[in-house]
Amino acid sequence: MCGIVGIYLKSKKFEKSLGGMLSKMLVSMETRGPDSAGFAIYNSDKNKIYKYSICLNEMSFEKFKKEIKKKLKFTSIEKNSDHIILKSIEKPNKILPILESFVEISLVGYGKSIEIFKQVGSPSNVVKKFKLDNFSGTHAIGHTRMATESAITTNGSHPYSTGEDECLVHNGSLSNHNNIRRKLKKNGSKFNSDNDTEVAAGYISDSLKKRNLKQTLNKGLSDLDGFYTFIAGTHSGFAVLRDEIACKPAVIAETKDYVAISSEFQAMAHLPNVNNAKIFEPEPGIVYSWGK
Amino acid sequence: MIFDLKKLKLRSVNEKLQNIDRKKNKRDFVISNPEGNHAICAGLTENIDVTIKGHVGYYCAGMNQNANIIVDGNVGTGVAENMMSGKVHVKGNASQSAGATAHGGTLIIDGDASSRCGISMKGIDIIVKGSVGHMSAFMAQSGNLVVCGNAGEALGDSLYETDIYVKGKVKSLGADCEEKKMSKKHKTKLKELLKKAGSNIKPEQFKRYGSARKLYNFNIDNVSNY
Repeated sequence: MCGIVGIYLKSKKFEKSLGGMLSKMLVSMETRGPDSAGFAIYNSDKNKIYKYSICLNEMSFEKFKKEIKKKLKFTSIEKNSDHIILKSIEKPNKILPILESFVEISLVGYGKSIEIFKQVGSPSNVVKKFKLDNFSGTHAIGHTRMATESAITTNGSHPYSTGEDECLVHNGSLSNHNNIRRKLKKNGSKFNSDNDTEVAAGYISDSLKKRNLKQTLNKGLSDLDGFYTFIAGTHSGFAVLRDEIACKPAVIAETKDYVAISSEFQAMAHLPNVNNAKIFEPEPGIVYSWGK
Repeated sequence: MIFDLKKLKLRSVNEKLQNIDRKKNKRDFVISNPEGNHAICAGLTENIDVTIKGHVGYYCAGMNQNANIIVDGNVGTGVAENMMSGKVHVKGNASQSAGATAHGGTLIIDGDASSRCGISMKGIDIIVKGSVGHMSAFMAQSGNLVVCGNAGEALGDSLYETDIYVKGKVKSLGADCEEKKMSKKHKTKLKELLKKAGSNIKPEQFKRYGSARKLYNFNIDNVSNY
């Protein structure tokens, strides 16, 4: 099963209420995915500061703070439950090796605009825990998980981020992920779980080095074997793709202010003016994208 | 009588509609604020009128018998699934598997229906004023599927005895489905079906598709079609 949701704001009108909108969407998709939940929220990327989203796992906040201050001077750290957002002007090629030296923690994403929070537990608990209602932003993607092929852990939860400001949520399952993982590993990609979606995220990141998101997803149609509805996010927007058999559901609602996507319409029933929105199902095998 | 799903539980509304007191004359019902809930109006058995004002989720009007149900919005997967009799009218679009396995009654969709519309249908009449998606009428056994728009890939794959009428383009026909002659009998039937849906398009504008009946019994020469 699994539930996926996303909102892209076309105007500034709802930027402050983006977190609240996404939170209700995630909670209503609890029936499709009660095991764990997560969300990626994109906020202005005008400055030069990088944000690193980290799950502390068993490590205490104080210990992490103390250790990181020894290695990095100019950083700020914001705590949000068991996650932290580390902000620094240093580039990822300097920061990532430092963060890798902390074996207890998991880096769940990084970039100039993305922040990712994901954890095991029911979606209603997860959104409460991270106070999603208080977030603002330009676009956001979320996932509720019913685990099928790998363990229920933080690293098994979506969204998966395998590149700067990139993320992916997935409803479905892939059958050739082991082969693709092996190929990507040879090319230098790193993976933190046995999860199939993480492989798809890695595939997209690898391909984005040479192609744009639309070209990447079109290529994915022939390379990724399995059932899927994907929402892939970047700093400028997101794209949606369903496999050609269209086994997994998706419905899109578009108004002049926003584009929303979810596995079922009920997740969008609370959105402003949704009853006057243009509502349609994305056609199988066609890439839909929105962005600036 | 109006049931507001913002105030009432879906299960209690369905229970009331499933247990209509025949001695009373209340036959008109309205459901407001459906908000995409699943299984609204599933399992109705009496000759009543229900109008649902808004978009609904999966399996709306499933297993319907006798009731006349109007959805003033879009429907999710499996609208009128396994309907036995009665009428379901969707004013918006329908998701996949509309009218799946239904034995009787009439399903009218004013907008488009997505993939697998009328999959394994067993006697229902489905009239879609827009287009249908891929694999529509897959293994359809009996009844009629009328499409006023276009049909997606593999229309009528592994078809039995359902008649399919399409006005627009058919992207491709499925295994054992072929274009058939439109006789006077079929034109009369099609006219009657279109009238039911309030459409006055001329039957001559449609093409008829049916089973080539080559896959009924296993034949080694057809193995590539299975």
